[in-house]
Amino acid sequence: MSLAKRVIPCLDIADGRVVKGVNFVDLKDAGDPVETARRYDAEGADEIAFLDIRASVESRGLLYGMIESVADQVFIPLTVGGGVSTLGDIRALLNAGADKVSINTAGIHDPTLFRAASEYYGAQCIVAAIDAKKCAVDRWQVWIHGGRTPTGIDAIEWACEVAAQGAGEILLTSMDRDGARRGFDLKLTRAVADAVDVPVIASGGVGSLSDLVDGIVEGGADAVLAASIFHYGEFTIGAAKAAMRVAGIEVRD
Amino acid sequence: MLAVVDYGMGNLRSVAKALMHVAPDERVVVTSDAAEIRAASRVVLPGQSAMPETMAGLLRSGLHDAVVEALEARPFLGVCLGLQMLFDDSEEGPTACLAVLPGKVRRFREAELVTPARERLKIPHMGWNSVRQTVPHPLWAGIPGGSRFYFAHSYYPVPADPAITVGTADYPSPFTCAIARANIFAVQFHPEKSQRAGLRLLANFVTWDGRF
Repeated sequence: MSLAKRVIPCLDIADGRVVKGVNFVDLKDAGDPVETARRYDAEGADEIAFLDIRASVESRGLLYGMIESVADQVFIPLTVGGGVSTLGDIRALLNAGADKVSINTAGIHDPTLFRAASEYYGAQCIVAAIDAKKCAVDRWQVWIHGGRTPTGIDAIEWACEVAAQGAGEILLTSMDRDGARRGFDLKLTRAVADAVDVPVIASGGVGSLSDLVDGIVEGGADAVLAASIFHYGEFTIGAAKAAMRVAGIEVRD
Repeated sequence: MLAVVDYGMGNLRSVAKALMHVAPDERVVVTSDAAEIRAASRVVLPGQSAMPETMAGLLRSGLHDAVVEALEARPFLGVCLGLQMLFDDSEEGPTACLAVLPGKVRRFREAELVTPARERLKIPHMGWNSVRQTVPHPLWAGIPGGSRFYFAHSYYPVPADPAITVGTADYPSPFTCAIARANIFAVQFHPEKSQRAGLRLLANFVTWDGRF
């Protein structure tokens, strides 16, 4: 046995509640974060990701308290992101109980943030979140501000850059697929996974359990992240792992 | 009293909360007070930052001597960088460490991270890996051999004395991920983030008499 591929349910958070939208808009309430995290832990989630999609001052305040409550009861790794822009934000989230912090927009505005953060806190707790959208054949562009602003930056080049700067992991979201339930953008996932030496988490578009398998086998991802298929009780984490195990993927029991 | 050493380097909450969870009757303190560390019956040294900052933090905190004293006699648990710090030095930096145990801390080499199936493994070693209990120890009690624990690291210990290794994991070659000598037990993985198996290891530590 060796390192298991991870299944990571993601909770999009706004004002202390779990929400899910299609293509980053049209949000629907999907439950209480602490209760949801406890359920995922019991089902065998390998890690839980929290993304504060509002990232307003009010929402941030609620986020810290929520992370503390989850960390008091759930003893698996927690990754938290959304509006993280300073070393102080990272420290506050780690102190609240986050194990890893993901950086998105602020890393584009100030690429030295990745290096500063990883030199201080260690690469293993700094995740670069990349929202990518297809712009040409086999070309993807990085978007920021929760998917509202194009940057003109090539997603593959940016992935290599953040890894070189010290990010310990890449959370790669296909904006084209997010919420669309047609599966990961496997070409994008494979291109990034092959380009970088750090682990890649595939995100955006899971609609069935075979999509998770494809993300690992065809996309080359080290972990797969999904939200809606788990939130609405359609599939359990256990069912996801069973499907992956049948496909020959090593997972944690 | 159980002391979690706070030398100013980030998330100690998780370790403390997990200890409180497994030992609700035990007094668990997160402390940067040398007197409190000296008074504690058992000591936990966590750590999950970069090694240069971590060692600098420990020296700056003025807790170095209290930690070394605890290492001499009382039940002591090192976690992640709290394990790595016990050795002579680390390639990360490079940084001179506490030199309580002879050996080095080495970075995974990309050239060595190709599996027999020609899969290229990534750095950091991140996620749940199976831990082989190579030597029986009271802290392994009740934990099935091969149980998975959560890892998040790019560096690993290479003890000069292989006899102190009590647990290994494969990435893809076996590396030391748990060591024990007398009253000291230390792990490269994060028991506080390793759900059932991790909580059991912490529960075992809380009741351990420090003999091995």
